[in-house]
Amino acid sequence: MNVPTMAEMMAQGKQPEVLFWVGCAGSFDDRAKKITKAFVKILHKAKVDFAVLGTEESCTGDPAKRSGNEFLFQMQAMTNIEVMNAYEVKKVVTACPHCFNTLKNEYPDLGGTYDVMHHTQFLKTLLNDGRISIEGGSYKGKRITFHDPCYLGRANDVYEAPRDLIRKLEGELIEMKRCKRNGLCCGAGGAQMFKEPEKGSKDINIERTEEALEIKPDIIATGCPFCNTMMTDGIKNKEKEEVKVLDIVELIANAQDL
Amino acid sequence: MQYLPNILFAVVLIFGITFFARNVKKLVRNIKLGKSVDRSDNSSLRWKNMIKIALGQSKMVRRPVSGLLHIVVYVGFIIINIEVLEIIIDGLFGTHRLFQNYLGAQLYGVLIGIFEMLALLVFISVIIFWIRRNVINIKRFLNKEMKGWPKNDGNFILYFEMVLMTLFLVMNATDTPFQEAGIGNVVSQYLVPVFSGFTESTLHIIERGAWWAHIVGILIFLNYLYYSKHLHILLAFPNTYFANLNPNGQFDNLGSVTNEVKLMLDPTADPYAAPAEENADALPEKFGAQDVTDLNWVQLLNAYTCTECGRCTSVCPANQTGKELSPRAIMMKTRDRVEEVGKNIDTNGKFEDDGKTLLDTITAEELWACTSCNACVEECPVNIDPLSIIMDMRRYEVMEKSAAPQELNMMMTNIENNGAPWQYNQMDRLNWKDEE
Repeated sequence: MNVPTMAEMMAQGKQPEVLFWVGCAGSFDDRAKKITKAFVKILHKAKVDFAVLGTEESCTGDPAKRSGNEFLFQMQAMTNIEVMNAYEVKKVVTACPHCFNTLKNEYPDLGGTYDVMHHTQFLKTLLNDGRISIEGGSYKGKRITFHDPCYLGRANDVYEAPRDLIRKLEGELIEMKRCKRNGLCCGAGGAQMFKEPEKGSKDINIERTEEALEIKPDIIATGCPFCNTMMTDGIKNKEKEEVKVLDIVELIANAQDL
Repeated sequence: MQYLPNILFAVVLIFGITFFARNVKKLVRNIKLGKSVDRSDNSSLRWKNMIKIALGQSKMVRRPVSGLLHIVVYVGFIIINIEVLEIIIDGLFGTHRLFQNYLGAQLYGVLIGIFEMLALLVFISVIIFWIRRNVINIKRFLNKEMKGWPKNDGNFILYFEMVLMTLFLVMNATDTPFQEAGIGNVVSQYLVPVFSGFTESTLHIIERGAWWAHIVGILIFLNYLYYSKHLHILLAFPNTYFANLNPNGQFDNLGSVTNEVKLMLDPTADPYAAPAEENADALPEKFGAQDVTDLNWVQLLNAYTCTECGRCTSVCPANQTGKELSPRAIMMKTRDRVEEVGKNIDTNGKFEDDGKTLLDTITAEELWACTSCNACVEECPVNIDPLSIIMDMRRYEVMEKSAAPQELNMMMTNIENNGAPWQYNQMDRLNWKDEE
């Protein structure tokens, strides 16, 4: 795959339109890497002039901050800001709502002010500008529900961009009982992804998966690599593997056989 | 002797108001025990939020049944207070239904008619509230933090309101001239038959008794507020005004940490340099919150504003799946501890170490169960932010006590060493582009 880095761009004296912040999950997690690649395919198709930081990218510090380790968070943040400012980054897009929230809201205070977009917002602008088209393909008529990531939805009030994209797939967008502002967390946020849950009667991702299965979807669409993991685990646990858990960019890329 | 009732009334009124003012002073002092945080910005948006959320009840009606009932009680409370103004003036000057002279019988009748209708609606709503709390098993009223005083407190408030509304209607029903005039007695006329066998003088005694009990009851209720969750009827307004305006996902960056991190990352900094002169004697700032005095004043205002409705807890993913965490309990424990610290100051003149902290009642298990999903923050009808308290206490756990769960320590070590929460080499970050 042709994925230019900021360093390569700079060597050629070029400044890309947008920095694609891949994030740790998108870089290392096997499931999330597929989301990353699907997004890159769409960027290529739309002829977006983008670059990544590659080995110069480092964790935004989100899980450290939500764990209460403000030191580690700010160390990460300032290191990343130094790198991005050196490349004179203006616009950032990321497929991870946790990176999105941290970069957008918590970096400016520390000297890193960028125009940060979640990939669903970015795709929406590409669509509006006529740079991409979205077809239903094999998803035409499928029942698709969207699981709102907390750090995109309640944390930043982005509810419509992902839904607008799903509607373009000509599927049937169905909503879970708790959605948008009332959406139930998948259980991964606040650094829960990296630890066992406290003792209780049920795991949160099971609760959420059951709620999704109630409305009998063909596809559970996600917009966050961590939600994706949690919902995929939930589906496995419920032995309902005929229900697919896919990121919105995967749906768009698959529909066009990219 | 003829002024005895007026004097007695003035004494009762002054006593009631003075006692209340004393508690308000204490309340303000306790809230100011919190650290400073600047909420003086964007006052136009803040006013707008207060008008929409507190006055306009916009977030209450997200749950239509309790929301609409609440509006009835709330509107009733505010409007019937116009009548209380008349009662106070009548009481002080020995007049009777003074406003009637000024407004004319017709308009006065319409007003009292509205008050009576509202009194009836409030009474009915309060009965439904009582049934919701005590008969129907609504989960959020049954959580474990709602045992004992919090449960009784909720019911006492409802009993208070039932009694006050009844007294108001009885007062009107036994006011013979008022009933004979027949204007505005839209509800109380149906109570008249109850008192049909009574003599004129007995009726007068009942009317006076109800009048006195009504106003004394209101003064008692006013003074009950400070000891009760019902304080929200006042604090909802400042609380929505001073609430956070940033996106919910934005957590504050600790300034004290920023300075140290900058020093660490600055290659020219001298690590052995003496601290700057003016700060040499200052205590190093504590990271995060161990006790209520480490929280900011808005968080303490939040705690006093909480009316324990439990909407936060009912949407909390951790609580719904049986974990210990309840955002409402976080607020209740915070308030209990501020009160304890306040009493300590009352007794000792200043705070004497009592060997206790907020972390004694809010456990690590609760703190670590939070997913930081913001459901509680979004749900609160008066914009209370339990999440900020949880995060501040996590900061103390991690940065002061080094007491993070083991797996989180591993995650943080990974971030420190290789820039990712897992054990992957940062040099492999772009490998995905060449993988199939």
